[in-house]
Amino acid sequence: MLAEQLINGLTLGSIYALIAIGYTLVFGVLDIINMAHGEIFMFGAFAGMLMSMKLGAPLPVAFLGSVALTAAMGYVLELLALRPLRRPSGNMEGNAGLSTLISTIGVAIILENLSLKLFGAENQPFRTSFGNVKFTIGPVNIYLIQIVILLASGVLICGLALWLKRSRSGRALRATAESPETAALMGVDTKKIITTAVVTASAMAGTAGVLVAMSFSNVGTRMGVSMGLKGLAIIVFGGMGSVNGALVGGIILGMAETLVVAYGDSGYRDAIAFVIIIGVLLLKPKGLFGQNAS
Amino acid sequence: MEVDLNVNTGVYFKAYRFGALLPVLIILFILSASCSNPKAPSGGPAGGQSAGGSQSAADRQPAADRQSAGGPLTVKVGIIAALSGPAASYGISINNGFKLAAEEINFGADVKLTVLVEDSAGSQEQALSAVKKLINSDSVSALLGPTLSTEMRVVGPEANSNGVPILATSNTAEGITGIGKYVLRDSMPETIAIPAAIGQAVKRYGIKSVAILYGDDDVFTKSGFDTMKRTAESTGLKITDVEKFQKGQADYNAQLTKIKSTNPDCVLCSALYNEGAVIIGQARKMGLTVPFIGGNGFNSPRVVEIAGGAANGLIVATPWFPLRQDRKVKDFITNYEKRFGQKPDQFSAQAYDGMYMLAEAIKKAGSADRDKIRDSLAGIKNFDGVLGTFSFDENRDVSMAPYVLIVENGQFRLFQ
Repeated sequence: MLAEQLINGLTLGSIYALIAIGYTLVFGVLDIINMAHGEIFMFGAFAGMLMSMKLGAPLPVAFLGSVALTAAMGYVLELLALRPLRRPSGNMEGNAGLSTLISTIGVAIILENLSLKLFGAENQPFRTSFGNVKFTIGPVNIYLIQIVILLASGVLICGLALWLKRSRSGRALRATAESPETAALMGVDTKKIITTAVVTASAMAGTAGVLVAMSFSNVGTRMGVSMGLKGLAIIVFGGMGSVNGALVGGIILGMAETLVVAYGDSGYRDAIAFVIIIGVLLLKPKGLFGQNAS
Repeated sequence: MEVDLNVNTGVYFKAYRFGALLPVLIILFILSASCSNPKAPSGGPAGGQSAGGSQSAADRQPAADRQSAGGPLTVKVGIIAALSGPAASYGISINNGFKLAAEEINFGADVKLTVLVEDSAGSQEQALSAVKKLINSDSVSALLGPTLSTEMRVVGPEANSNGVPILATSNTAEGITGIGKYVLRDSMPETIAIPAAIGQAVKRYGIKSVAILYGDDDVFTKSGFDTMKRTAESTGLKITDVEKFQKGQADYNAQLTKIKSTNPDCVLCSALYNEGAVIIGQARKMGLTVPFIGGNGFNSPRVVEIAGGAANGLIVATPWFPLRQDRKVKDFITNYEKRFGQKPDQFSAQAYDGMYMLAEAIKKAGSADRDKIRDSLAGIKNFDGVLGTFSFDENRDVSMAPYVLIVENGQFRLFQ
């Protein structure tokens, strides 16, 4: 049983990590928490499901379509809910961090209700032949989709880290994160950089949405809230704005939840996971990989 | 502000406003956790307010609209149903069942029913003001509803203390009829349905051990679990494992893996169909192929639509079996579909029979008098309706044998 539970935990953990890096990217650049991230994730899942199940699109097309849709949603989110609250230089003024937090909560509520209207309150099946490909090793079943999720979160996170570290636009993004005014003075188009960050994060949410829907074989409008909250918890746990923290935090949370069920009481699944998070935060208030503010 | 651009351990961003945001985050967590909206026909055991014979001064009997001898008896009947809000899908099915039955009854010559409908929106407050209006301003002779057991907790005592008979057609929680002698129900409680399903499965498959999986944050699924555990213990089944899940969870693999490792002959699962369908889907996918026995929440054709072939082997007990070879059932389904454009479910069937039983009781009572209607309603035995042969027991509760159904090839069939 242990081997199976470890696989369950690793899959759940990499799903959490995939969601958490979207938060990290936006928080790192804009210093705001995008509360609509979970709902964009849910829209991605529905878009993939509808294109594949209802329109009969091949899986890669459905996948790209859903990534394109969520990227577009990210763009609109930035345009309508974030940009009007920023000074032209890109800097957040005074309590702007809080006002954008509220505006993204507003977007989240709108999206959640819109999804109820569009898709209904019921869970809907997402059956793909791809989701059923499995390898049997002894008594243990491993699904291809589980491997894909693990790889996808690894590749996306490494890619993101490399991009931020090595590329010119990544450096511009970090400069903008550090000080929008200075970056703008140095010739960085901060507006473009900020938009890029939000769009990239949303596209990642869409990717996660389709993968999760395939792995669980169903989509529901409530998945956005629960997954979004877990993602939020992970970035606090891993360290705000830390890409590694999102990965490690996600895996630890997924493993903890699974092992609590396997060797403890499933009624305390969330409770124990969050007790661990609180414990770590007491010892390391900035999170696992959190950087101390000076 | 010093920034570590020498990315050894990872890429950092500034984090200095994090401290200020943390309390906000915590508040948000609490808020969204408490707001997450259960779409559940839930309801707990109603508090045991006893009848206590307090018939109060409000014994304003409805003006018996009996026309001169020969004319049909006209009686006002009040309906309380959740026509809006989270339980609206149930409330609308129920109200449609009432509507169809009332139209058919009024077509005949014996009794004329004046039906007054009030929306309870699934909330206790609105249900209470609805029942007060129906009793005091509209002076109804009898009440039908409300949709949820939780609503009945406030509506039941109000009707009972005013001496108005009230027939619940969708409340399944324990203790509903214990509210008082004016409260009756025709909706089968899970305490009848679950033991029937388990008994049949034990007989047929020789089940010796079971694992139980249930939602521990919902009154309805929790009460289903209590019944399952009690039944398993009294039947002498070994309980290999008990696992819980919470609302909004999307991944049940951890619980299911653990259940699988204890090798039960069967899984008892107390869940609403939305979650239940996902659970059975994930169970089959990970190789847990034993039969599943569900409670009332599992009893929906939507389970098969969501879970597909994975739903095969799901056993439920239900008072309503649409494929029964009976003219009444066939006519009901045809007329209902013609009138409302969709198939009737268990709730519309229970409402339909409830309205007919009330009409029967009024006919027998021969007057609009509330007490006489209550007495003849409580005395109904062997009523032949779309549900089957129905009787009230001495506690005004359901006394009938449910149908035990199993999903085979994506369809509910009789499990014999």
